[in-house]
Amino acid sequence: MTAAHVGAEARAGWAMTAPALTAIGLFFALPALASLVLSFTDFDIYALANLNNLRFIGLENYERLIGNPLFWQAMGNTMWFVVFGVPLVVAASLGAALLVNARTLKWRGVWRVALFAPFVTTLVATAVVWNYLLHTRYGLINYALGGLGIAPVDWLGNPSTALPAILLFVAWKSFGYNMIIFLAALQAVSRDLEDAARVDGAGAWMRFRHVTLPAIAPTVLLVAILTVAGMFQLFAEPYVMTQGGPARSTVTVLYFMFEEGFKWWNLGSGAAVAFILFLCILAVTLVQLKVAKKVGAI
Amino acid sequence: MIRRYALTAFTALVALLVLMPLVWMVSVSFMAPGEAAAFPPPLFPSSPTLENYRTLFGSYGVGRYLLNSVIVSSLATLLALLFTVPAGYAFAKLRFSGRDAVFQALVAALVIPGQIGMLPLFLELKAMGIVNSYAGALVPWLAGIFGIFLVRQFCLSIPTELLEAARIDGATEGQILRRIVLPALKPILITLALFVFLGSWNDFMWPLIVLADQNLYTLPVALAALAREHVQDNELMMAGSVVTVLPVLLLFLVLQRHYLSGLLAGSVKG
Repeated sequence: MTAAHVGAEARAGWAMTAPALTAIGLFFALPALASLVLSFTDFDIYALANLNNLRFIGLENYERLIGNPLFWQAMGNTMWFVVFGVPLVVAASLGAALLVNARTLKWRGVWRVALFAPFVTTLVATAVVWNYLLHTRYGLINYALGGLGIAPVDWLGNPSTALPAILLFVAWKSFGYNMIIFLAALQAVSRDLEDAARVDGAGAWMRFRHVTLPAIAPTVLLVAILTVAGMFQLFAEPYVMTQGGPARSTVTVLYFMFEEGFKWWNLGSGAAVAFILFLCILAVTLVQLKVAKKVGAI
Repeated sequence: MIRRYALTAFTALVALLVLMPLVWMVSVSFMAPGEAAAFPPPLFPSSPTLENYRTLFGSYGVGRYLLNSVIVSSLATLLALLFTVPAGYAFAKLRFSGRDAVFQALVAALVIPGQIGMLPLFLELKAMGIVNSYAGALVPWLAGIFGIFLVRQFCLSIPTELLEAARIDGATEGQILRRIVLPALKPILITLALFVFLGSWNDFMWPLIVLADQNLYTLPVALAALAREHVQDNELMMAGSVVTVLPVLLLFLVLQRHYLSGLLAGSVKG
């Protein structure tokens, strides 16, 4: 290895990473950083027309958001998705993974692909389909419930059922992704340990509780963190299915940011919303890590 | 034996339930206009027709949106590979000062959701004059940290001796990348290409923001706009959904082996 070689390698290293690093800097890092700066300005439609109208206003955007009930409603709706959606999606994907990991199941590959399929479909298109499934008068879901003797529900037209209905769609759309992650973790669980527990007379639930669950605990945490981030980033679902309604009951934080930014052109205020969103994701993730450490999952 | 069949039957039932929305979407798309607005909901078209598809492509210019989606997703895939593959290889195998620090910064940046910078990115692209263009829609896909991460993981398994031998024989770093590394990377290239293609095809929020001209709409943006105007036309909307979903679903089914293994490489090791 000569000095010329080392020099050539270092030059090639920078040459090969430079395009990607430039793109990341220009289109990811710079905008993310600029978002923080923008959130301290009153960037609006007037500043968009002429930058001389731009003023630094410190924390005023944040103060105004804190005093805005519509912002809190969006925060509340998003937290609703986090609180109810994360356990639902984690449980559904773990259940599905246990099912398609069962040794006695036939055609396992087929079922895995089938349950994963919704995840790769286009969100907007399937949201349109679910709008139809949830239709009050002739939707398949009300028809099925009718078979059980339940009266038709105006799923998306009623503030108290719109969030659960959208969550059902979100869970359907996303559980397959987590299922695959769980599946990989389950396949790494020692069969010997399970068999030993079986010989000791442990039933299915006992084996799951004392052998499988401790072994996959770090994966449960990973999936929970990914799902929290996903729930905080819901936008297309309410945009397509309910347009935030009825009575703004399905406006999420990201939807609120989109409205602030591209409907009202309050880009400064919108950037503050984006930054609050980031802090929320970060905070919840840190809490999850802390709890996981406490219970010994990692 | 009975337990085995019971388990399989139960799984089949779950799978059927999960796939039901997609099956019904296809079925309703072949119904005559108005046929699906009935109770009880019809499961199959009484006389299958292509009329909805004809209307979509004839009156609503869906062919144009389909073409836009194909162009944007193909270019996004091509450019993403061009940007991330050399970088991923360099981070894995080339020694240069600052390499590890930069890579660690990139991994840390993975926790930052892309939506944070959307408003400034819009202003930035507006200043560059590429808002409302294919270029504007493509920009986020150039900065794929996850792709770099994936390629790097895969490159770590390439034997360094092989690269050293080529260097001794006088190969330049560029030649090594083209002749030795790229052929070895083939499986991960297919995986990454599939990720980016599906991701950009299915993306909604960014194209919605950056594309104002209707002639540039990608399928999801066009479909969302159509759905707002045609809430009542279930059959038409289901056909529109089929046109939007089918290409990516088929692509996934053909290449699912790559997709699923790539997903695991990216998630569990990280």
